[in-house]
Amino acid sequence: MLAFNFFGATEGGLFDINATLPLMAIQVVALTYILNSLFFKPVGTVVEKREKFVSNNIIEAKNKLSEVKKLEADLLTQLQSARTEAQRIVSEAENESDKLYKEALELANNEANASKEKARLEIESQTSAARDQLSKQADDLSELIVNRLILEK
Amino acid sequence: MFFNSLLTNFAALEVGQHLYWQIGNIRLHGQVFLTSWILLGALLVFISLGTKKMENDPKGLQNLLEFLWDYIRDLARTQIGEKVYRDWMPFIGTLFLFVFVSNWGGALIPWRLIKLPSGELGAPTADINTTIALALLVSLSYFYAGLSNKGWRYFEYYVHPTPIMLPFKILEDFTKPLSLSFRLFGNILADELVVGVLVFLVPLILPIPVMFLGLFTSAIQALIFATLAAYYIGEAVEEHH
Repeated sequence: MLAFNFFGATEGGLFDINATLPLMAIQVVALTYILNSLFFKPVGTVVEKREKFVSNNIIEAKNKLSEVKKLEADLLTQLQSARTEAQRIVSEAENESDKLYKEALELANNEANASKEKARLEIESQTSAARDQLSKQADDLSELIVNRLILEK
Repeated sequence: MFFNSLLTNFAALEVGQHLYWQIGNIRLHGQVFLTSWILLGALLVFISLGTKKMENDPKGLQNLLEFLWDYIRDLARTQIGEKVYRDWMPFIGTLFLFVFVSNWGGALIPWRLIKLPSGELGAPTADINTTIALALLVSLSYFYAGLSNKGWRYFEYYVHPTPIMLPFKILEDFTKPLSLSFRLFGNILADELVVGVLVFLVPLILPIPVMFLGLFTSAIQALIFATLAAYYIGEAVEEHH
């Protein structure tokens, strides 16, 4: 065995290399296998299972979130279209009522005009009738006056 | 005089002394195995307690272990890359945990209270055998990773930008394990020595900040070792066009 004398030690010394080396190497290799089956494998299984679980959950949550966003956008467009539809209906109804109002107004105006005209004509006819009657009475009266004057004489 | 007494005190630190176990013809550093068994036993108990009842809603220890697992995965993934990091995560994680537990165990547990016939207990990573073993495992791993992922095309890496790089790349295969092992060994041993010397000179209060610094370096060294190992493997499996 390779051995240096160091620090005046009678045998061995700091750099005393002997069968400790290969045995220690074997021990470390054995320890690697023991730790692998006792520590690295079981802990790795648990940790990786959990990591998979967490990442799956995250993916699922992301999917759900995107679905929610899609639905939200969908709803928003629906809401938008409903709003424009409502606006359209409202404006249509306004137009309609405006038209109806105008029609009714025109109709009422016409009717009023007609009845006014009728009334005027009636007034006129009555006036003329009254005038005729008046003039007839005046004629009668004048004839009566004339007759009486003639008789007295 | 003073210097001499300092030297004997140094000697009392027992640098480079080992508790030898003789098995047949081979000799082992017993203290390294003793501390590593105690620390790894504690680590395994801790981990089996934490993974005994795994739930989808982590509680208590499971939380800590999951944090650790996540940390190691991030380390492996950033250095090795998305494609093959899974194959190497247990190895990188084991390196990190082994170095970290050894370093902190060596620094936190008052091993010196346990008297051994020779040598003293301490961080297993303060022994050059341990760090060289780890570094050689890293070397083997990145060769294996490169060859198993790219086959013979792995050796394109040696002439990658230009063939001029060939000697440097070959040299790197030697400097990588060398720097890995000596960095870890030097840092942990130096930390133990500094704390030991300070405790000898001023037994009260003064060593405490140095001990905290030691804990900091210990953790950093574990991170550096694991990161570099992962980086080397990542370099070997990387596809360059």
